[in-house]
Amino acid sequence: MLIELINVSHVYQDENNVKALKNINLEINKGEFIGIVGHTGSGKSTLVQLFNGLIIPSSGTVKINGKNITNEKSNLKETRRHVGLVFQYPEHQLFEETVYQDIAFGPKNLGLNKDEIQARVNEVMELVGLDYDEFKARSPFNLSGGQQRKVAIAGVLALKPDVLVLDEPSAGLDPQGRKQLAELLQYLYQELEMTIILISHRMEEIAELSSRVIVMHQGEIVIDDNPVEVFSKEQKLHKLSLDLPQITEILHRLDERGLKVNTSLFSVSEASAEIIKALRSK
Amino acid sequence: MLKDITIGQYIARDSIIHALDARIKIMITTILIIALFTIDTFMGFGLFTAFVLGVILLSKISIKKVLKGLKPILILVLFTLFIHIFLTNGGEVLWSWKFISIESEGVYIGFFMVSRIFILILFTSLLTLTTSPLQLTDGIEYILSPLKRFGVPASELSMMMTIALRFIPTLLEEADKIMKAQQARGADFESGNLIQRAKSLIPLLVPLFISAFRRADDLALAMESRCYRGGEGRTRLHELEYKYYDFVALGMIIILAAAVSFY
Repeated sequence: MLIELINVSHVYQDENNVKALKNINLEINKGEFIGIVGHTGSGKSTLVQLFNGLIIPSSGTVKINGKNITNEKSNLKETRRHVGLVFQYPEHQLFEETVYQDIAFGPKNLGLNKDEIQARVNEVMELVGLDYDEFKARSPFNLSGGQQRKVAIAGVLALKPDVLVLDEPSAGLDPQGRKQLAELLQYLYQELEMTIILISHRMEEIAELSSRVIVMHQGEIVIDDNPVEVFSKEQKLHKLSLDLPQITEILHRLDERGLKVNTSLFSVSEASAEIIKALRSK
Repeated sequence: MLKDITIGQYIARDSIIHALDARIKIMITTILIIALFTIDTFMGFGLFTAFVLGVILLSKISIKKVLKGLKPILILVLFTLFIHIFLTNGGEVLWSWKFISIESEGVYIGFFMVSRIFILILFTSLLTLTTSPLQLTDGIEYILSPLKRFGVPASELSMMMTIALRFIPTLLEEADKIMKAQQARGADFESGNLIQRAKSLIPLLVPLFISAFRRADDLALAMESRCYRGGEGRTRLHELEYKYYDFVALGMIIILAAAVSFY
């Protein structure tokens, strides 16, 4: 078991004392692709910051690779190299003069030598689709928004984490940027066998990519299941003000109006085949 | 750790001190600062402190919270104390070692200055604790407005202050976020010697400045698109109005200040 949360609660210590997480129990295994969805303020971002010790919960236990990180403060740095976290708008954290130096920041903090750092930077730039020779010496601040985000994600990938956590990585990207990001995540998950945890408001993304979906509501996990099961609970999701993926929504509507279709499909090609089949057999 | 910063912190309470007009409070503070510098006995400081404590009680803000705001100036205060103790000559020699000597005059002046700084910060912090930033800047604008005739951009100055105060919490939040993001990449803000620590702030400060500039740009654009042009002819949502107790307070302070400085 990679990440284990036992009876975890968290209260933000400020004026309002918001109870962000209430008694969460969660196990995340190696090789899973987990999608986390939930309304704004449901505790998603707080939850993922527990995974690498950026937030120490008010109560409960967090175990990473079987090690309890809630009481050993000294090992947090070690934990953070296993669990890479890409924040919302990660391009806002860029600071170095060149793309190369910015991506090298993480590996440098790990204490790697020059050759290893260069090898890693080269590797992750290829991964995210930035040409090494073209971009390495450029200033990250002169790149387009989409390219900046790639640099920022590469900066986290350069730590070679076992688990990659991404908080709304596609927010503000154009359709092409989103597609490239989805392909990257797919590649990391299938080819490099990374464990991936993805927070997103875009149900299409979640449905298409994840192997398991967690639905959060007011600091609690309300549904934890595979995408087919989760997105069949149409009414419950609507009650939590969450949408279905558009394609699934259409299939549900058709089903309501009497066309017998399988409603648990998430991609356009599957859905169109299903609709044609249903129309033929009518 | 960033949450400990209390500059410009306002604590809302329902008290007479909060209800006083911002202009009166600024005037009172100015008068008291002048009075404070005319005091030359510890007895005077004692009376003054008693008065400030009385005001704190009236303001319904816990003394603990007010004192917490004094923490950041502790280093400055200690520095002043030591400079005076070691460098002021005069009086009898209390202790000496090679070229360093402590003389009674230095100790006296040292503690005198320290009390003065403490009391000064104590009651000036009361001004920001009991007056909302908006009222405060309104008050400053009013007080500065006679100077407009001589080309002082009073409304612009007060708008700048409003914006600065408004963005302190926003920037703190942003700093917190960037710090976490860099920590996730293995940055270490908490250990190392002074130089290493200063260096480790670069990954925090560069993005913070960039985001501040971006925010400034956005804000300017938003203001411009709503035809903001400041100054002449702008009306406000909350007009400042003098009440009878404002004058009572001001009168009392003037008598007190006069008494203290002639004492």
